Amino acid sequence: MLRDRFFKFGLKLAGGLIALLIFSIFVSLVIASIPSIKEFGLSFVFGKEWNPVEEHFSALPFIIGTLLTSVLALAISLPFSLAIAFFSGEFSKKGLISSLIAYATDLLAGIPSVIYGFWGLFFLVPLIRKLELSFNIPPYGVGIFTASLVLSIMIIPYASSMARDVIALVPSDLKEAGFALGSTRLEVIKKVIFPYSVSGIFAGLLLAFGRAIGETMAVTMVIGNANRIPHSLFEPANTLASVIANEFTEATSDIHLSSLIYLGLILFIITFFINYIGNMIIERMSVNGRS
Amino acid sequence: MGEVKLRILKDRIFTFIIYLLTFLSVIPLFAILFSLVKKGLGVINLNFFITLPKPPPDAGGILNALVGTFLLVLIASIVSIPIGIVAGLFLVETRNRFANMLRVLINVLQGLPSIVIGIIAYLWVVKPMGGFSALSGGIALGIMMLPMVVKSTEETIKLIPYTLREASYALGADYFTTIFKVVLPAGISGILNGILLGIARIAGETAPLLFTAFGNPYLNFNPAKPVDSLPLLIFNYAMSPYERWQNAAWGASFVLIAFVLLINIGVKLGGRRWRVKL
Amino acid sequence: MESEIIKIRDFSAGYGQNFVLKNINLSFEKNKVTAIMGPSGCGKSTLIRCINRMHELNLDAIHKGDILFNGKSVFETNPILLRKKIGMVFQRPNPFPTMSIYDNVIAGYRLNGIKLSKKEFDLIVEDSLKKAFLWEEVKDNLHKKGTFLSGGQQQRLCIARAMAVNPDVLLLDEPTSALDPKATAMIEELIVELKKTVTIILVTHNRTQAARVSDFTVFLYLGELIEYGSTETIFTTPKNPKTEEYLIGKFG
Ligand SMILES: Nc1ncnc2c1ncn2[C@@H]1O[C@H](COP(=O)(O)OP(=O)(O)O)[C@@H](O)[C@H]1O
Ligand SMILES: [Mg+2]
Repeated sequence: MLRDRFFKFGLKLAGGLIALLIFSIFVSLVIASIPSIKEFGLSFVFGKEWNPVEEHFSALPFIIGTLLTSVLALAISLPFSLAIAFFSGEFSKKGLISSLIAYATDLLAGIPSVIYGFWGLFFLVPLIRKLELSFNIPPYGVGIFTASLVLSIMIIPYASSMARDVIALVPSDLKEAGFALGSTRLEVIKKVIFPYSVSGIFAGLLLAFGRAIGETMAVTMVIGNANRIPHSLFEPANTLASVIANEFTEATSDIHLSSLIYLGLILFIITFFINYIGNMIIERMSVNGRS
Repeated sequence: MGEVKLRILKDRIFTFIIYLLTFLSVIPLFAILFSLVKKGLGVINLNFFITLPKPPPDAGGILNALVGTFLLVLIASIVSIPIGIVAGLFLVETRNRFANMLRVLINVLQGLPSIVIGIIAYLWVVKPMGGFSALSGGIALGIMMLPMVVKSTEETIKLIPYTLREASYALGADYFTTIFKVVLPAGISGILNGILLGIARIAGETAPLLFTAFGNPYLNFNPAKPVDSLPLLIFNYAMSPYERWQNAAWGASFVLIAFVLLINIGVKLGGRRWRVKL
Repeated sequence: MESEIIKIRDFSAGYGQNFVLKNINLSFEKNKVTAIMGPSGCGKSTLIRCINRMHELNLDAIHKGDILFNGKSVFETNPILLRKKIGMVFQRPNPFPTMSIYDNVIAGYRLNGIKLSKKEFDLIVEDSLKKAFLWEEVKDNLHKKGTFLSGGQQQRLCIARAMAVNPDVLLLDEPTSALDPKATAMIEELIVELKKTVTIILVTHNRTQAARVSDFTVFLYLGELIEYGSTETIFTTPKNPKTEEYLIGKFG
């Protein structure tokens, strides 16, 4: 049938278009970065200065800012995310409380990031400021730590949901074998459940990390927007995403804009690989699970 | 004996910690919802929805943002839904390396920072058109929505039993008819749920709109002109020094979160109610 | 020879490199019920799915030899036209979940874009449901979804759906294996009744069912045709020891 052939071709076309879309995103970023790449080359990545006035641009302050905020956010959210994962994947698989928890994490994931930023700005920032005062550090309120705190809440759903799913999938006969040997639940978790689900948990954390790296609005609103390398966690800084959000519409010179896009390209490459690896692990797991 | 007691004690402590941390994790959610209700609800009245922003110190309403959000979501849906459904079908129907790669790529696309998508829409639409526009913002949001449409289509259609198709083929229907009259209708509620959740997600996006839709204090229906959106308005008002504007931002946040929650609840309830019984 | 509506000639079929059916030669008599029996995995489904060319829907499907329907090779007939003349009912009832009972019955028309008047459709629906012994049970609920019926009713709905396009042949692939005994009995009665209008090819691995409803029986084993003859002969004086073993239950 002619129609079927057209239709099947249409299916392939749609698939191809999406692949092309992702490829073109990369290519466009590269092309638009070329002026900056030509001007600064690779030293862009390692240079310490971002100075729009003198038109000298480099990415290190933001790479450091991004890594600090997201690593710290992941570290803060880790115990909570794992607790949720074990709670709803093992301790309380069914029932009212576990579905309430599931619903709550769904909602956390559904809150727009601008609202996280807004709430952080009006509740966390004053809180942190008080804290800083009592420790005798400059009371910015905003800064890396505040941003990490907001981020850590935001990534809980991402870090916990994947982990919960893989923990819930651990075959019960394996666990029962553990209990039958007289192990406590903690021991079963350590010796049976954790080893069985560790790669899935890792993949989930990786994807959550990717989220944290790319998160823009919430961070922009509470990080303080300073274009220098931070020396303490309580100093204002900027991430790759937040500096783009801040300066993109104000960039007057072509080289400034191109440098911001260059930052976007770096962000793209980092998150591309993190997501690629995370999803490959998941894909691999589901293939193994099927066979 | 003592050793066993120690093991049991450790187990108890561990269990306690798990429960404690789990319950602590939901506190921020309630804190956020609480402040939205406390600060936002008071601002909201009919005027808030049907008037335009006013210059400071007044704040006015959010009609411009509501209209803008609607326009952006509409454009994003047009951009993403048809191609997303067809690509989702492609993933169900195709078993080869390209399909596997595409599946991973779509997940990667979903994980890309929204600000990067904003840059792309700027490069692809704003620059050629010579100015900010609803169209560019809608396209940015559409690119973000695309993976969600593809994935919900794939996941739904994958679950439609193959015997339904066989029944259709056995009646002499061709592939095209089988897909459009049998398979897609059987999966429509799942796909629709995915689309609704996608809309809830993109309606709250700010970053990709900063330099595409840009914001606009006036009413605008023209896709070639800048528009405001709820999250954009929240951002601009929240960062402003005027108290009334900040209050309006709380009100707008309440409206936005209510919209997102309603869609989520609707999908949860409706998903059960309207699901096609297979 | 006029009475043989389907003739299978030196026919082999399979998946990938493997032939599951090996060199089958077989004819089906018009307006009779022919049961195809054999242990599971022996190729019964593959065989009947070749008759209406459903087999080709498998990407790795292979076949050689020929199948003639009314004297013409099915492989030279447009599969869409072929399937309208050769209806099929499957192991699990599969009414279309989005369609009402009414729409399910006329799905063969709707899916193929054939437009008739409401009156004509009403007649077809009533007639087909009556043929499928379902009319009395559903006539007041024609516009409810078919998925709310019981399993047996669903299967009769699927038979009505297949009958609605006036096929010459009806392929039934273990139509009762998912049903309870009462629903099974009903379908068996229905099969006997239906052979007045259509030729029926019934795959079953229920020996007594084959004995009850069929006129002819085919015994397949590991993809080969072991024995073919009138049901009475096969069940009383089988020629091949394998047939006998199967019928008294050695490898069922
Ligand atoms: N889609 C398929 N791909 C590969 N092999 C198949 C497929 N379907 C069936 N087979 C194989 O073909 C043989 C016959 O299957 P089938 O015709 O379904 O047997 P029956 O209906 O008699 O139980 C079996 O060995 C089965 O494993
Ligand atoms: Mg079979």
